[in-house]
Amino acid sequence: MQVDLHTFWPKILEATNETLLMVGIALVFASLIGLPLGVALVVTRPNGLLQNGPLFKVLNAIVNFFRSIPFIILLVAILPITRLIVGTSIGTAAAVVPLVLFSGPFIARLVESSLLEVEPGVVEATEAMGATSWQIVFRVLIPEALSSLVLNITIAAIGLVGASAMAGFVGGGGLGDLAIAYGYQRFETEVMIITVLLLVVIVQVIQTVGNQLSRKIRRH
Amino acid sequence: MIHFDHVTKVYESNGTSFKAVNDVELKVEKGEIFGVIGFSGAGKSTLIRLVNLLERPTSGSVLLNDRDMASLKKSELREQRRKIGMIFQHFNLLESKNVYHNVAFPLSLAGVPKKEIDSRVTEILEFVGLSDKSTQYPDQLSGGQKQRVGIARALATSPEILLCDEATSALDPETTKSILDLLKRVRDEYNITILMITHEMNVIREVCDQVAVMEQGQLIEQGTIFDVFSNPKHQTTKNFVRTVMQDEIPESILRLLSDQERSRHIYRITFVNETTGEPILSRVSKGFDVEVNVLHGQITELQGVPFGNLIVELQGEQSEILKAIHYLQTSVQLKEVTAHAG
Repeated sequence: MQVDLHTFWPKILEATNETLLMVGIALVFASLIGLPLGVALVVTRPNGLLQNGPLFKVLNAIVNFFRSIPFIILLVAILPITRLIVGTSIGTAAAVVPLVLFSGPFIARLVESSLLEVEPGVVEATEAMGATSWQIVFRVLIPEALSSLVLNITIAAIGLVGASAMAGFVGGGGLGDLAIAYGYQRFETEVMIITVLLLVVIVQVIQTVGNQLSRKIRRH
Repeated sequence: MIHFDHVTKVYESNGTSFKAVNDVELKVEKGEIFGVIGFSGAGKSTLIRLVNLLERPTSGSVLLNDRDMASLKKSELREQRRKIGMIFQHFNLLESKNVYHNVAFPLSLAGVPKKEIDSRVTEILEFVGLSDKSTQYPDQLSGGQKQRVGIARALATSPEILLCDEATSALDPETTKSILDLLKRVRDEYNITILMITHEMNVIREVCDQVAVMEQGQLIEQGTIFDVFSNPKHQTTKNFVRTVMQDEIPESILRLLSDQERSRHIYRITFVNETTGEPILSRVSKGFDVEVNVLHGQITELQGVPFGNLIVELQGEQSEILKAIHYLQTSVQLKEVTAHAG
């Protein structure tokens, strides 16, 4: 079966738009959840700056819980919550909610690992200067880990591009949805190739921008 | 200035406890450079961290100017910590900040106005000799330069005490020397009390006024550099002293002693103080009919006082040798070296 690609361009353009929108918005909100959560995991852990065993265990369990649910199940399972938050359970906006819930805890883990890479000796030196815990987090841990944080957020962004392909289940649209609906289910190979190629390009661009930004931060 | 009042630090883990610091009693006077030496695991790192309360004592107390550190409120502790600079073996500089901002960092944390920070940083970078490196980043500096930044950063808040945690252990001998010279200037020009821990006896000999030897959490010997180096009592101390001062009798000399064909007269002479400056051996060979053959030894300086240790052989008639020995004993310590004795 041949497809008239001419009539298909607007569709692809729209889908690209939807993907970028979903990934962009979800990334912002997921970071807003993930950054503080990651910092909390680092400071409350045993021997952390504000060591708090019970709180650490709870946060750790919550993050693990959300990270163990396959995205497609999360997507469906939280439909009522989605409706509560964005007023609808279908469409691009509706897809953002599960994407945030999926990516936020993931970002928290990435932030945690970035911050843990900072030399404990540097933290100790800052403590010895009479810094507050707050100052240590915002003036030592985050600035020292920034280059690594950028790389990790890039990983999260690319993870979101992948997850957003499943947004079609709630009518979220996007390139992944187009590839599945037209290319995979209707055997329109050309559509599939074009959409997949576009996804490849998007991922490449995100990774390149992330790498360069990270390098620029490290090179000061 | 710093007083460890019977301080003990115990670490508990999985039901077992470990005494890292065991009943340490130690006083460091103002303006002194005090060195604590010990092998790794002796408890030195814990000891030095008790001063600025990076570690809290389990019992006993650490007093700074008669104030118990553990009794301070959080904000008071932060205030007090600004008066205690600290430098580290691995420098612990902020990689994301250049030299200027690394040195400015403790001031900026303390909320010092920008103008004041600027003049202080400029002054202190001048002092450590890094004025031309202020815009460089730590990864562009050599180890010695990084430690200079570390020292500048530690001095930025004008502390009364400087803690040195194995500050030269990651540096080559030449750089070590220059950093130690800088530390001496820190004491001489700013009158800062320095407490340093190290496992290198040459570091202690080079800069310290007082030394304490630590083993298994306890201080086993302490005193002035001269006393400890010239007359170490504990075996561990002797081993440390031996790393920088040759006082062992070498194999070749012991072989001479077992030479059966003729009896040899080999003596160890210890010079202390003024006697090092006198031509004693020359006088002996001129005044008596003996020849003096120096087999082994070393003359060095401890805190500006010469100190020496020579192994000599006296050759000649028995009666002349006895007279020579008698003469020598009036001015130096003399001990006959035998095949079995050290």
